[in-house]
Amino acid sequence: MAMALLSFERKYRVRGGTLIGGDLFDFWVGPFYVGFFGVVTAIFASLGTALIFYSASQGPTWNPWLISIAPPDLKYGLALAPLKEGGFWQIITVCALVSFVSWALREVEICRKLGMGYHVPVAFGMAIFAYFTLVVIRPVLLGAWHWGFPYGIFSHLDWVSNTGYQYLHFHYNPAHMLAVSFFFTTTLALALHGALVLSAVNPPKGGEVKSPEYEDTFFRDLIGYSIGTLGIHRLGLLLALNAGFWSAVCIVISGPLWTRGWPEWWTWWLNLPIWS
Amino acid sequence: MRRITAIALAALAALSLGGCELSHKVSGQNGYRGTGMDQVTVKKVAMAKDEVPPPPYDPPSTDGPRAKEQFQNLQVLGDESAEQLSYTMAVMTAWVAPKEGCNYCHNPNNMASDELYTKVVARRMLQMTRNINHNWQSHVAQTGVTCWTCHRGQAVPTNHWTMPPAPPSGIIGNRHGQDDPIAATGFSSLPDASLALYLTGDPKKDQNIRVQATAAHPSPADKTSVMQTENSYAVMIHVSKALGVNCTFCHNAQAFGAWPISTPKRAKAWYGIRMVRETNGQYIGSLTSAFPAYRKGPMGDPFKVSCATCHQGKNKPMGGYPMAKDYHALWGAPGNATVPATFPTPLQAPTPTQPVASAAPARGAATPQG
Repeated sequence: MAMALLSFERKYRVRGGTLIGGDLFDFWVGPFYVGFFGVVTAIFASLGTALIFYSASQGPTWNPWLISIAPPDLKYGLALAPLKEGGFWQIITVCALVSFVSWALREVEICRKLGMGYHVPVAFGMAIFAYFTLVVIRPVLLGAWHWGFPYGIFSHLDWVSNTGYQYLHFHYNPAHMLAVSFFFTTTLALALHGALVLSAVNPPKGGEVKSPEYEDTFFRDLIGYSIGTLGIHRLGLLLALNAGFWSAVCIVISGPLWTRGWPEWWTWWLNLPIWS
Repeated sequence: MRRITAIALAALAALSLGGCELSHKVSGQNGYRGTGMDQVTVKKVAMAKDEVPPPPYDPPSTDGPRAKEQFQNLQVLGDESAEQLSYTMAVMTAWVAPKEGCNYCHNPNNMASDELYTKVVARRMLQMTRNINHNWQSHVAQTGVTCWTCHRGQAVPTNHWTMPPAPPSGIIGNRHGQDDPIAATGFSSLPDASLALYLTGDPKKDQNIRVQATAAHPSPADKTSVMQTENSYAVMIHVSKALGVNCTFCHNAQAFGAWPISTPKRAKAWYGIRMVRETNGQYIGSLTSAFPAYRKGPMGDPFKVSCATCHQGKNKPMGGYPMAKDYHALWGAPGNATVPATFPTPLQAPTPTQPVASAAPARGAATPQG
């Protein structure tokens, strides 16, 4: 076996818990659980990646920064487009969604094998939901696959910028405000938590590793409160899920539910009968 | 508790949906697929004001005796046919002063007299219209403009602007000309009076809208700062609002200043901005002494035009309907007319102001690369 097996790993290799396929794919390759959904993920991820390369080969550049696989023109609506005019984008999007969802279901099977909660697949599901909102829900609401974003390193950034400027000033989008705040707070919480753990487990030479009592005391001194060793992970999950959720909301309301500049949306506040 | 929660949720849902536009949308594609240069707009019933009035009667012949042979004191329309002159006078009344009638500009006892300031203004406005139709086809193409394009049946076009009053001194209550959500800035915190920095037509006052830095770091040659971009952003939002479009109608946000990735509309707008400057500087500015005080802003300058004056929320005014084709008199060479310094008729005292140097940036001197 190419990869060494950790001493405690065997006890995690529990049979059963599959959602589909029974025992058929209930095995491991090296340290990796396979399962029916692992096979599906492997097939669709490979197909999608191959299509990205083939589509890139039909484009004007092999510069990895500039390769772009763009969605169809507006005129194709919700129909299939010719391959080189957005059809590749449509098939690659299907491959991506199938492989993402399969990966989440493979995570579910692993959770069932280990008797864990479904926190990990739920968290990954939020990321899939944000992507699904971007490339399926919003395009369907606006009536054309055209509204998806292009698959390319620079081109998707240009799309984000132009899509923001469609609403004159995207920072005034209330859901975007929430999403950005949650993203920043997630990274802040991770930085604080990581620094605390590293400090606790790396004592000076000859010192002892510090217990959670020390960690709690540090934060009680600093900000008057410590959320605790388990609580910080719940908080991190809450912040991260909200970041993804409000990202999805901020883009799905732009166009389907609001067409003017985002600053103008706030006129409801200026027009409250209290002072207007 | 449950009831309070239910009421709170219902209120939240109502507020959230109340902030939404739920009606049908139409969408358009401004750029190559995948660039995100697109627009979604609410499908609206065209405003009644956007209706184009038909000609009052069939446009008369441009042949026959010249107007100057039959009428006196014709400084602009003298070379039109006499029939065209009457026709033009009729439509101008219908477009600009439908309630007031001929006497809004003319002394009924002496139609040739220039004693009413409105007549002097109207004459200069005719020259302005001709200048736009004659010299600015880079912007108005063959569609052209008429008095109606701006006036829409009102003596003073709805969308006009004047120079802002001097800012208050001190820090208390001083918003430094920004942070005041108004329609012109799209209700953002951007500066309110950006038009006064770019569109006066006075080359000493008008700045270049383009403020994008050309290098990564500031240098003595390039001190472009974020502060300047705010004014630039504000005037661009004015253009967006005036035309009912978003930034991607002209620009690719990948690089706002780069012409090769901009849409052809941007070149139209480039000429339009210069057309507005020339209109304000050479035509409206020259009337400063003619207008009475109640037709001027707090700084004593006459009501100026912006993109909104003609466009009124449409990327092509009145949906691009070429109404000017029916009005021969609006297409001639603009020529010059004299503007008297004072008016004998009892007006509210015209405030003495120095004549505005009539100079807009020379067209053709700069190319769209500049």
